[in-house]
Amino acid sequence: MNPPHITSDPQPPVGRDELERGFAAEVRRRSGVELQRCYQCRTCANGCPFVQAMDYPPNAVIRQVQYGFRQRVLESATIWICVACNTCSSECPMGIDIPAVMDALRRLALEEGAMVAEPDILDFHREVLHSIKRYGRAHKLGIMLRYKARVRRWFADLDVGLKMLAKRKLDLRASRVKAIQEISRLFIPHWQG
Amino acid sequence: MQAKDMMEISYFPGCSLATSAKESNHSLMEASQILGLSLMELEDWNCCGSSSAHSLDKDLGLNLAARNLSLAPPDRPLVVMCPRCLTQLRQAQLHLAQDPGGHRALERRWGRKISLDLEIIHFLEVLVRGGLENLKKGASRNLNGLKFMPYYGCTLYRPPALRRQKYYQGELENVLAALGGQPITRALTNRCCGSFLTAARADVVTPLVNEIIASAVAAGAECLVTACAMCQLNLEIRNTWEAEVPIFHFSEILALALGAEDYEGWFGRHLVDPRPLLTARGLIH
Repeated sequence: MNPPHITSDPQPPVGRDELERGFAAEVRRRSGVELQRCYQCRTCANGCPFVQAMDYPPNAVIRQVQYGFRQRVLESATIWICVACNTCSSECPMGIDIPAVMDALRRLALEEGAMVAEPDILDFHREVLHSIKRYGRAHKLGIMLRYKARVRRWFADLDVGLKMLAKRKLDLRASRVKAIQEISRLFIPHWQG
Repeated sequence: MQAKDMMEISYFPGCSLATSAKESNHSLMEASQILGLSLMELEDWNCCGSSSAHSLDKDLGLNLAARNLSLAPPDRPLVVMCPRCLTQLRQAQLHLAQDPGGHRALERRWGRKISLDLEIIHFLEVLVRGGLENLKKGASRNLNGLKFMPYYGCTLYRPPALRRQKYYQGELENVLAALGGQPITRALTNRCCGSFLTAARADVVTPLVNEIIASAVAAGAECLVTACAMCQLNLEIRNTWEAEVPIFHFSEILALALGAEDYEGWFGRHLVDPRPLLTARGLIH
């Protein structure tokens, strides 16, 4: 067998203007995670079930945060693909809470209006939160219908949806929290409260 | 255990068990009743925030989970079946313990106390505390060597902050082996099922699910038993690999072994019909 063909790094060369000094400190403050402890052993990338769908493995996200590649990190697909299964943080020899770093990076990306590499995933999260705000609970049928309308892919997964309806796994009516104002007020920024 | 001293426990069902996985909820209730446990559903509970709340807004996720803690009577444990809900509720409690100001603010906001000593446990913990011997005494239907792969998914993984808390490795198979099942563990018992990516990126989830199921079949399992309703659904709807393998909620197999008879209502809701397997094993008629 031939050895694998080695291609050049697909990333463009590093420009100094891409680096932002305070970025690592900002992510540290927001996530509460001491991410400078990462020494690039790559255990997280080896164990991650989703690494093949990411543009950077988790260790590379941390490395780039350390260096200050703000835009690259905030526009990466990795921060949206991560489902916080905590496989990585359970295996990390330095006990770094990598999903908490991803939480902080997504929040930063949204606040700054960064380009979202996986807009469908963001749309899905928004629909879940819409349902929670309205009913206090996740109403799956409503979430899926509104999500489909957003991404305009009505026929994808139609078979699965119909099977679930036939097995009455998708309730037509949402289960609701009675004191719904206690929930909906959580969605208002505290300074408007 | 005798029916006269029913032990009262608070119960947080979560959105999946309340809706798409009602079969898990019903079988859990059935099993609990046989075991002399009275699961009292938390009055007016809300979604724990699921993955989406902390994904977009960590504070929102913590506050949603914290409201549930404010509803729980502090003098009895709060039992959770869904692993994701369990993690969210525990993380919120831990956060409040470290943030006294935030803790007081939420208590004032809702006019209810939020106990920091409230015990939040998985249902497995209740069984383990009860003792396997007691469990065997309550069982009336031997599982006849049903070969199952215990599937934990990411149940056992948790953020470093929760590392010192209870760990359930091995408990699924301990419980079901005590009831006559044969655990098959040399497979991908702890591989994440893909979670919410099933909605927006099914293309990522399908290969994962196939890999998990293929590993179970290769090791000789006839079915999978999950600790999580989300995993159960993903494993059923995203499997495109050869034969269809029944995927059970843990509570269903537990209730079956304890002698519950209204299983038609649960098994009929599965997308992969488990009844042929159970009939062949002589577990149902």
